[in-house]
Amino acid sequence: MTTAISVKNLGKQYKIGAAQQKFQYNMFRDVIVDTLMTPVRVFRALRGQSMRGAITTSTFWALNDISFDLEEGKVLGIVGRNGAGKSTLLKILSRVTEPTVGTVSVRGRVGSLLEVGTGFHPELTGRENIYMNGAILGMKSAEIDRKFDEIVDFSEVGQFIDTPVKRYSSGMYLRLAFAVAAHLEPEILVVDEVLAVGDAEFQRKCLGKMSDVAQQGRTVLFVSHNMSAILRLTQEAIVLKKGQLIKRAPTAEAVDYYLSSGQAESGERIWEAEDVPAASAPFRPVAIRIKDRSDKVVDTVRSTEPVTVEWEYQLDASITGLRVGMYLSTMRGEYVFTAFDTDDAAQFEQFGARKAGRYISRCHIPADFFNEGRYLLGVNASSFAVKRYFMDENALSFNVDITGAPGTHWPEIRQGSIRPRLDWKIEKLD
Amino acid sequence: MTEIIKHEPTTIYIKPSKGFAALNLRDMWIYRELIYFMIWREIKVRYKQTMLGAAWAIIQPVLTMIVFTFLFGRIAKLPTDGNVPYPIFSYTALLPWGLFVAALNQASRSLTSNQNMVSKIYFPRLVLPLASVLSGLIDFIIAFVILIGLMIYYHIAPSINVLWALPLFLLLTIITALGVALWLSAINVQYRDVNYALPFMTQFWLFATPVAYSSSLISEKWRLVYSLNPMAGVVNGFRWALLGVGNGPDAGLWISVGIALIILISGLFYFRNMEKTFADTI
Repeated sequence: MTTAISVKNLGKQYKIGAAQQKFQYNMFRDVIVDTLMTPVRVFRALRGQSMRGAITTSTFWALNDISFDLEEGKVLGIVGRNGAGKSTLLKILSRVTEPTVGTVSVRGRVGSLLEVGTGFHPELTGRENIYMNGAILGMKSAEIDRKFDEIVDFSEVGQFIDTPVKRYSSGMYLRLAFAVAAHLEPEILVVDEVLAVGDAEFQRKCLGKMSDVAQQGRTVLFVSHNMSAILRLTQEAIVLKKGQLIKRAPTAEAVDYYLSSGQAESGERIWEAEDVPAASAPFRPVAIRIKDRSDKVVDTVRSTEPVTVEWEYQLDASITGLRVGMYLSTMRGEYVFTAFDTDDAAQFEQFGARKAGRYISRCHIPADFFNEGRYLLGVNASSFAVKRYFMDENALSFNVDITGAPGTHWPEIRQGSIRPRLDWKIEKLD
Repeated sequence: MTEIIKHEPTTIYIKPSKGFAALNLRDMWIYRELIYFMIWREIKVRYKQTMLGAAWAIIQPVLTMIVFTFLFGRIAKLPTDGNVPYPIFSYTALLPWGLFVAALNQASRSLTSNQNMVSKIYFPRLVLPLASVLSGLIDFIIAFVILIGLMIYYHIAPSINVLWALPLFLLLTIITALGVALWLSAINVQYRDVNYALPFMTQFWLFATPVAYSSSLISEKWRLVYSLNPMAGVVNGFRWALLGVGNGPDAGLWISVGIALIILISGLFYFRNMEKTFADTI
């Protein structure tokens, strides 16, 4: 077997805060202060320039001592939370940015689905953009000529091909852009979380293209937060944590390690005093958390395990008729349910009137409830027909991983936002 | 899928570049189609959604010529060389000057306005400023037609020298513009101050170049210092080749050529050296 990618002791260091002043002028005063400080800034910049290579106080390693080899024709998944270095790794592999230390050897052309639409110019027509984009992605014009019809077919923009793309709907634009990227035939394909953009149909196309590429014996690197997609499409995966490669294993094992090592995203929303409008008084939200079975705050929950949602809040005075609850919806904006802590009449009897103090309202969502994807949690605290104290429709979001859920032995996307484990009985009648 | 071309993939080694990066002009050759497409794109979109379209390529130098003729020709009564009428005298200079300024304006922004390309994909970044500079040639050619009209009107015939001299002086303009543009575009990635400084820079540069006046007004002892400005050499060369006035290639011209090459080569190295951090700092 030939090695397609060989990474040795790769590291990438970024400077934080050096030379990147964000010009955020909120007030006229800031502009004046900033202007007066100009000589100081120029002086510092010049000194910084002349001390090239000197120690900068704030640096961090986005990637640290990464080594791995990948054989030709293999599909490798890369998992890790935001900031773990996944994107940096892909950027180095596709030569967008240089590593600070270490070496990589890459056999063949690296193409990436994260470059969708790069270099598209709104004033140019679909046809012109296909050629332009193809050239940017490194295709020869003879190659584009050859694939032109195929690209147009795939994009389904047919009759609009000679219309400037600024007149396209966003769906058409995305389809055309993806069609070009998908027809680049790189030896190595790199796929980042593009699957997060676009509708379900687009995602299906992306995944389909990826498995085609893999079946043609090309090498694929696949980064995603979507564990079921990783499980479906890759045989092997690496787990990155704070720039380090902490695990390389067959996908199922790597994903299990990642999910159970508790390094998933925050899964918690904390309200600072200034986030809370004065009109909410006397109700004051403190935090909302998503917890897994072992009471750990998590961003990704497993569909096969129960989930706990807890909302902590402070009452600065007593409130009568209070109900504290949540809306749950999908990222596409469909509501899944709405529920309050005093939905139970007996509970309302007991807690309808609450004295000042700190409270937690906690509920358990049973196992085998969610389908895969990302869900949005909104919160609401009100007294029915009297007053709505506090509402935030976008308080927190979380991922659901469906490993082991009903029907996951078929690699397909299931419609619907819930994935219940139903009690099927099969009877033979004759 | 019609056919699959089987070819042995080349292996690319990625490692941190030490010191001044090699120029790696081979990459530019591999990406030559991209250069062509970028020039084509710049030309295609330049006058999109304007009413006058490519006529702007003519309007700009012609209006400047009229203003100059009125201010410097009529009011200030600046002399021209060899009694050439002032309008054609200034227009001949405005052609390369316009090309130069447009190239600087376009090219200094070429990296920042293509931010998503720079931060997402690999290609030799040199393609962007190069394409911006070269795409200005089309405006130059359009504006040149007016010059031919003026020459017929004023009964001025160019000497035979124009055949070899004009392309060479045009090349000198491109070299100078590209050299300065490489510096400016690379600096602009980190310090957007370039956008604000450029208008002043081109204005001062205009005064230091014999566009509105004749370089014979410069006293003899300052001549050599004056030719440190490559654009002075270009403008004198254009007038000599097209109108047959002033001196032909002399020592001053060689200084101009030398300076232009120094700017270009230093610009190339600076650009290549900054290139590796473009994606991180842009």
